[in-house]
Amino acid sequence: MKTIIKNGRVIDPAQNIDAILDVVINAGRIESIAAQVKPADDDKVIDATGLLVTPGLVDIHVHLRDPGYEYKEDIVSGTRAAAAGGFTSVACMPNTNPSNDNKAITRYMIQKAQLEGYANVFPICSITKGQKGDSLVEMGDLKLAGCVGFSDDGLNVEDGAMLRHAMEYAQGFDMPIIAHSEDESIKDGGVMNEGPLSTELGLTGNPWVSEAASVARDIMLAELTGARLHICHISSKRTVELVREAKQRGVRVTCEVTPHHFTLTEEAVRGYEVNAKVGPPLRTAADVAAMKEGLQDGTIDAIATDHAPHHIDDKNMEFIYAAFGMIGLETALPLALRLVDEGVLTLNEVIACLSCKPAGVLRIPRGTLNVGAVADIALIDLEHTWEVTRQSIRSRSFNTPFEQQGMKGKAVMTLRAGEVVHKEI
Amino acid sequence: MAFAHKHFISTKVLSREDIDLILTTAQSFKEINQRDIKKVPTLRGKSIINLFYENSTRTRTSFELAGKRMSADTINITSASSSVTKGETLEDTAKNIEAMDADIIVMRHPASGAPDYLAQRLSRCAVINAGDGAHEHPSQAMLDLMTIKEHKGTLEGLVVAIIGDIARSRVARSDLYALRTMGATVRLAGPATMLPPGLDTLGAEVYTDINAAIKDADVIIMLRIQLEREGGSKLLPTKREYAQFFALNPGNLKLAKPDAIVMHPGPLNRGVEISSYVADGKQNVILEQVENGVAVRMALLYLLAGGSDA
Repeated sequence: MKTIIKNGRVIDPAQNIDAILDVVINAGRIESIAAQVKPADDDKVIDATGLLVTPGLVDIHVHLRDPGYEYKEDIVSGTRAAAAGGFTSVACMPNTNPSNDNKAITRYMIQKAQLEGYANVFPICSITKGQKGDSLVEMGDLKLAGCVGFSDDGLNVEDGAMLRHAMEYAQGFDMPIIAHSEDESIKDGGVMNEGPLSTELGLTGNPWVSEAASVARDIMLAELTGARLHICHISSKRTVELVREAKQRGVRVTCEVTPHHFTLTEEAVRGYEVNAKVGPPLRTAADVAAMKEGLQDGTIDAIATDHAPHHIDDKNMEFIYAAFGMIGLETALPLALRLVDEGVLTLNEVIACLSCKPAGVLRIPRGTLNVGAVADIALIDLEHTWEVTRQSIRSRSFNTPFEQQGMKGKAVMTLRAGEVVHKEI
Repeated sequence: MAFAHKHFISTKVLSREDIDLILTTAQSFKEINQRDIKKVPTLRGKSIINLFYENSTRTRTSFELAGKRMSADTINITSASSSVTKGETLEDTAKNIEAMDADIIVMRHPASGAPDYLAQRLSRCAVINAGDGAHEHPSQAMLDLMTIKEHKGTLEGLVVAIIGDIARSRVARSDLYALRTMGATVRLAGPATMLPPGLDTLGAEVYTDINAAIKDADVIIMLRIQLEREGGSKLLPTKREYAQFFALNPGNLKLAKPDAIVMHPGPLNRGVEISSYVADGKQNVILEQVENGVAVRMALLYLLAGGSDA
């Protein structure tokens, strides 16, 4: 018995496909993509008329909070949110408790996702043990366990020699270093973008240079070591310029942007809106424009959510005390689709930034509908309008500045290895 | 005329009419404080909670006296004696106070925005901001304006220089908005490490040379410098150098208009931001500010409790 997704507009940027075609799935893999496939009697047919059929989306930056902070999210609820957002693969950051710096936790994450989850989990392990910045994790062993990259995300590796040697060692195993680049000393306790608004609100500002200065250092270390460097959630115009210039010089650097950093400005913080408190901070309209330019010219490789669920008890307090971060898995697709309406990217480019390109950054074997590939597929209704409410969001947490806002575009069905993991048609 | 706001959190949202109403009401209450028996029954039966999460002598005493002289029941809660140290959230603390049918919460808090947070979550209690982080200290601004107006007759067209650590000053921000609304020019001055970005977009003229800021000013407001370590910090080398370049002294005071007045929200660091000759000199109106503070706070309590001008 096969599954045939019929009459959808198949978009697979990795193969330059954009046409009305049928996708045939057999034993969890793509068997063929062709026009007007005749189903056999026992084949299951999914009518995708009027829908996009794309590779299951890939998010290379999420926090699943499992183990340790299951009251915020766990691998089941987090992958449920992923599937509802059209994502079939997520790379999760190691700032769990205990942090993911060893094979046991890496395997736990992968297996829990396989057994109970709704999407594939590709763990990112910490660079240093316990993310403490002073000794390397067992990178070779972790690679064997299924880890796809190393990051002390949430924390900068302040010690330059430490980061240099991490890059060298990771490079020896052909693994990327994923950098949360913010110079803590320049950041100096800042809780929002530094500028007239931080002055008005009386909040300590985090200037763009905390990110750009750190990114400049990281790029040069990558240049020195030849390592693959991926820079997380860039937020400032100057950072885009640094990455653009580094790429031109042939440095092996990639970077990602979050939907909130290309959608919102610091104005979202006005009124001490804790759900707009995020690190790095939301910045200015000029920075948002630079993110769009970076996406347009390919400087920015991927859209990644930095899905950072927090319980209301970690957010409902005075702004300076509230946790950093917002959820993003379920709003990423409609926010990215706004870039099509704005003429920033084509539809195919948006899908690429959410599938094959991020998969390529971490060399995750997903993000395409190649014949023989695992049948991870999203069916997207571009016209589906919905509202961000507690009821409409599957994540265990609801820390989003988009609450009550209207969204257009939705993954209405998601398949993982040919099995339906999310369905709202 | 009744006050147009339920809470009193920021001067940025106040109109000229709002400020005139507060100042006129305060002026009418000032006389009560000069009586032999300083008490009127105006707020009898009203409950006012002073919820102070930061140390304060002057502001808390001023609000407490203001309430008591209006016959309100005033209770002080300070962080040392409250559930703050037990880890209760601000919302829970405030809702408990509201459940006891308090009418007004006067709050000082180290976190900018804490009064906004409270006001969004309380349904019956009015909130008065007695200083939040580096955000605002609006009652200080009202007493500053009242003092200036008593001396100058008007606020329109005056040049007011505010000098010191602008970045961490809630007084500077509240004064800036209120003075601009009333038609004054505001100059903000201090070492460049203490001038945050965007002050010009908020309506101020910005100076790093305090002599230029003082020149021909009608009013000079000096701010307290907090230099914890004698050896200096990332922001300032020494108190000595601060006093040399950023203090108000008899020499640079001469650059101001001859009838300029000198103000300070207190507490004073004599010999650091202000020379004792100036602090005690004939142009100083610092204790008048303190006196007017009680009248202004009586007016605010009265207006937020639903009173209107007679």
